[in-house]
Amino acid sequence: MADPEIKSYAPHHESQSAAVTESRPAKAVLMIVTFAFLGIFLLLPLIVVFNEAFAKGLSAYTEALTNPDTRSAIHLTLLVAAISVPLNIVFGISAAWAIAKFEFKGKAFLTTLIDLPFSVSPVISGLVYVLLFGAQGLLGGWLKAHGIVILFAVPGIVLATIFVTFPFVARELIPLMQEQGNGDEEAALSLGANGWQAFWYVTLPNVKWGLLYGVLLCNARAMGEFGAVSVVSGHIRGLTNTMPLHVEILYNEYNAAAAFTVASLLAGLALVTLVLKTLLEMRYGAELAATRGH
Amino acid sequence: MEVRVANVRKEFERFPALHDVSLDIKSGELIALLGPSGSGKTTLLRLIAGLERPTKGKIFFGEEDASQKSIQERNVGFVFQHYALFRHMTVADNIGFGLKVRHGPSRPSAQEIRRRASELLDLVQLSGLEKRYPAQLSGGQRQRVALARAMAIEPAVLLLDEPFGALDAQVRRELRRWLRDIHDATGHTTVFVTHDQEEALELADRVVVMSQGSIEQVGTADEIYDTPNSPFVYGFIGESSALPVKVEDGQVWIADRPIGLSAPHAPQGEATLFFRPHDVDLVDECNGCIAGTVAASRRVAGTRRVELEIGGERQRVEIELPVDHPAAQKSRVAFRPRRWKLFPAP
Repeated sequence: MADPEIKSYAPHHESQSAAVTESRPAKAVLMIVTFAFLGIFLLLPLIVVFNEAFAKGLSAYTEALTNPDTRSAIHLTLLVAAISVPLNIVFGISAAWAIAKFEFKGKAFLTTLIDLPFSVSPVISGLVYVLLFGAQGLLGGWLKAHGIVILFAVPGIVLATIFVTFPFVARELIPLMQEQGNGDEEAALSLGANGWQAFWYVTLPNVKWGLLYGVLLCNARAMGEFGAVSVVSGHIRGLTNTMPLHVEILYNEYNAAAAFTVASLLAGLALVTLVLKTLLEMRYGAELAATRGH
Repeated sequence: MEVRVANVRKEFERFPALHDVSLDIKSGELIALLGPSGSGKTTLLRLIAGLERPTKGKIFFGEEDASQKSIQERNVGFVFQHYALFRHMTVADNIGFGLKVRHGPSRPSAQEIRRRASELLDLVQLSGLEKRYPAQLSGGQRQRVALARAMAIEPAVLLLDEPFGALDAQVRRELRRWLRDIHDATGHTTVFVTHDQEEALELADRVVVMSQGSIEQVGTADEIYDTPNSPFVYGFIGESSALPVKVEDGQVWIADRPIGLSAPHAPQGEATLFFRPHDVDLVDECNGCIAGTVAASRRVAGTRRVELEIGGERQRVEIELPVDHPAAQKSRVAFRPRRWKLFPAP
C-alpha cells in the first residue's frame, strides 16, 4: 500500500519545485506582459496628459494656469485640503488611539464604520449630504432659517472631502498602535509625564512615519476627489469648482489644452505623492522592522 | 518607603484577579512576588504602582493613603518585562526623560539632567553608551537602562515586572546578582515579580508566594522552603512528592500498614503526606516504612531520581538517591521521609 503512494508523491514533488523555477522564456513573457500592461494603462495616459498640456507650448500652459477660474479652482482645492487633512489627522489619531489602546463595547463596529467611506461609492456619500443639507433635506429648513449655507458652497465640499478621506490616517495608525501596545505610554506616565507629554514625546514619535504616510495618502485623495465633491459643489465657476471638477468643465467645453494643463498639475501631485510614498515606505519599513525586533 | 497593601480586591470586568490581599512591605526591603501565571502577582504590582486602581481596599505609602493617587503622584520607578524603552531616544535621553518632563523649579537644567544620566549609567555599569539607541543594545543592557531610567526620578519604591523574563539564563543569573548589589548600594524599597522560584529565593529578603489571586505564604527563602504552610507552596517551591495517607491513632498509614511516622496532633482521617524527594532515609528492613517497586530511574545531574509505585493503588512518588547508591539497582526500595508534613486531604 505504502509503496505506490511514495512513488506517486515523488514526481509530484518534482513538478512542484520545477514550477517555482520557471524557464527563462516564461519569465521573459511574464515580465513583458506586466510591463506592457502597466505601460499602456498607466504610463501612456500620464505621458498623454503632459503631452497635451504642453501641446500648444509653454506660454499657453502658463496662460491656462493664470486663468482666473483655474486659479480659483487651485485655491479652492488647496483650501479644502488644508481644512480636511488636519481635521482627519486629529480624527485619525483619536480613533486609532481609542481603538488600539482601550477596550470598549462597539469597538468592532467602530472599526467597520471607519472603513465605510472605502466601501461606499463617493457619489452616494455626496448625495447623503444633499439629502441632509439640501433645501428639501432633513436639516435644510433649519439651516436656511439661520442663514447657514452648506450645500453648493465651500462647507459642503469640505464635508464631502472629509467623509471620503477619513479612513486614510486612522487605518494607517490602528495596526501600528495596536502592535506597539501601551507599554511605552505606561513607562512615560510612571516617570511622571502627564498625558499630553506622554503623547507628544512618546506616542507621536513612535507613529510618526505611519502618520506621515497616512497624511500623504489622505492629502492626495482630498485634492483628487471627484465624485462626492461633484454632487455637493454645484459647479459654480470661480466659486465652487475644485481642480478635478474644473478639468471636467474645461474638457466638456472642448478646451482640451487647458483641461490637460490643470490635469497635469493633479498628475504632478500624484507623482510627487508616489515618490514621497516610496521614500517613506523605505524609511517606515525599516522603522517597523526595528519595532518588531525591539 | 514602607508600603502597606490593606485588604485589596481587584476585579477585571467582574472577574476577580485578586481576593482580599494584604501585605506589609518594609522600608528598604527587597521583596519578590512569586507565583504561576494567573496568580495575580503582576496585578498586585500594577496596583502598587497605580497603573490599576483597586476595586476594594487601600494601599498606603508610609502613613499616606495612596489608593486614589495617580501613578505620577506616587513617584514609583517601574521596570517593564519588555523594557519599554523609548526607541527614538538615546540611552541618555531615556534616562533623563523623567527629569525632563518635570515642571517648574523641580526640573533640573539640561546639563544637570545629562550629568545625572551619566552618573546612573555608571551605576548600572554602562558608562559611555549615552549616545546609543535602544535597538543597538543587547537585552541585558536594555534592562539595565530601564532600571537606570526608573531610578532617575528618585522613586519612593522600585517596582520590577518580571525584569529578567525576556533574557536568557546566563544573562539572567548575572543580572540577578547585579540587582542585589544595586539594591544593597542604593537601599530602594524594591518589589519584583517573577515566576522563577530560584530567582525569588536567591534574590529576595522575603518571598510572597501567590496563587489564584491570593497570597499563600510570606517569608524568607528558608521559611518558604522548610516550612511551607499549604499544599500549594509545598508543591510549587522546590521538588516535592505527595502521597495520599490516613491518620489513625496518632500514626500515619498507607492502606493497612503504618509507615513509621507518628502524628499525634494531626486530625484523624484522610490526609496528604508531603516530603522532599532528597530528604529521605533508605531502610533495609521494612518495619514501618514506605516501600515500593521501582518503576523508573533517571539520572539528573548529580543525583538519581527513582520513581516508585507504592501499594495496591500504585501511587507514584519520586525520591532522590546518590548516583552510586546500590538501592538504585534493586527492584524494591523502602524509605522513610526525614522531614515531612501532613495536610488534610482536599
